[in-house]
Amino acid sequence: MSTAEIERQWTTRLRKRVAGHLPPEKLLPDTQPAYVSSWIYVFGVTTIAALTMVILSGIILAIRGPQWWHSSSIGHFINSTHLWSVEIFFFAMIVHLWGKFFMAAWRGGRSLTWVTGVVTFLASVGTAFTGYVSQTNFDSQWISTQAKDGINATGVGSIFNVLNLGQMLMWHIVLLPLAAVLLTTIHVLLVRVKGVVPPFEDEKGATK
Amino acid sequence: MAYLWSLAALIPLNNYGHYIHWGVIDVSVANFIVVVLMILTFIAALFLPFPGRNRRKENQ
Repeated sequence: MSTAEIERQWTTRLRKRVAGHLPPEKLLPDTQPAYVSSWIYVFGVTTIAALTMVILSGIILAIRGPQWWHSSSIGHFINSTHLWSVEIFFFAMIVHLWGKFFMAAWRGGRSLTWVTGVVTFLASVGTAFTGYVSQTNFDSQWISTQAKDGINATGVGSIFNVLNLGQMLMWHIVLLPLAAVLLTTIHVLLVRVKGVVPPFEDEKGATK
Repeated sequence: MAYLWSLAALIPLNNYGHYIHWGVIDVSVANFIVVVLMILTFIAALFLPFPGRNRRKENQ
């Protein structure tokens, strides 16, 4: 195979493009700017840590099933771990969102980072909602019957039926987590490509 | 284990929920507490000193 042919391969072009945008030292940097030494910057990674716990506890719940999480003490524990991980996930995500909003984190060509964060938030709300209606208890029955009219009013009721437990469970454990994790990965990679947004005064200093 | 049950008894979870009605805003007390905690955490994150911050600034 000639050099020209190798250069034309999609694998070669993709590798060079990825290496150009995200070299290893940028993907996993040794140091961060001084302004990152603030508590307001820890909530993004707290969200990711909580998401990891959500997924791990969710995998155990998926393996053992509803009878187990309703009737055994260890099942109750893992179920509660799943719930409280979600609580911490949203808590940290909202504080992260406020922090990034007030520092206008879309500055410096970071608009796609901001947008992927917003879409990840929306996907997470959907994932949490389908989780609440998939508990297989009276609480999930109550939530789904309360939600059906609102969902139907949006016009998506024909393809997204909150009273259909099987469908809601599939959305909760396959489609929406896949979207949330994929979007989170893209979001983090974009943060690595563009770097953490500097405070306003640092940006002014940089432009002087 | 018994002390955990007595701790849980401090917050009765089998009663009707309490709600705050304020004009168009209608929020459960539990959710309101979470929102207040998020605001307090946000303010604390802005003002609490981060460990090693001064050392890092000196190094740069």
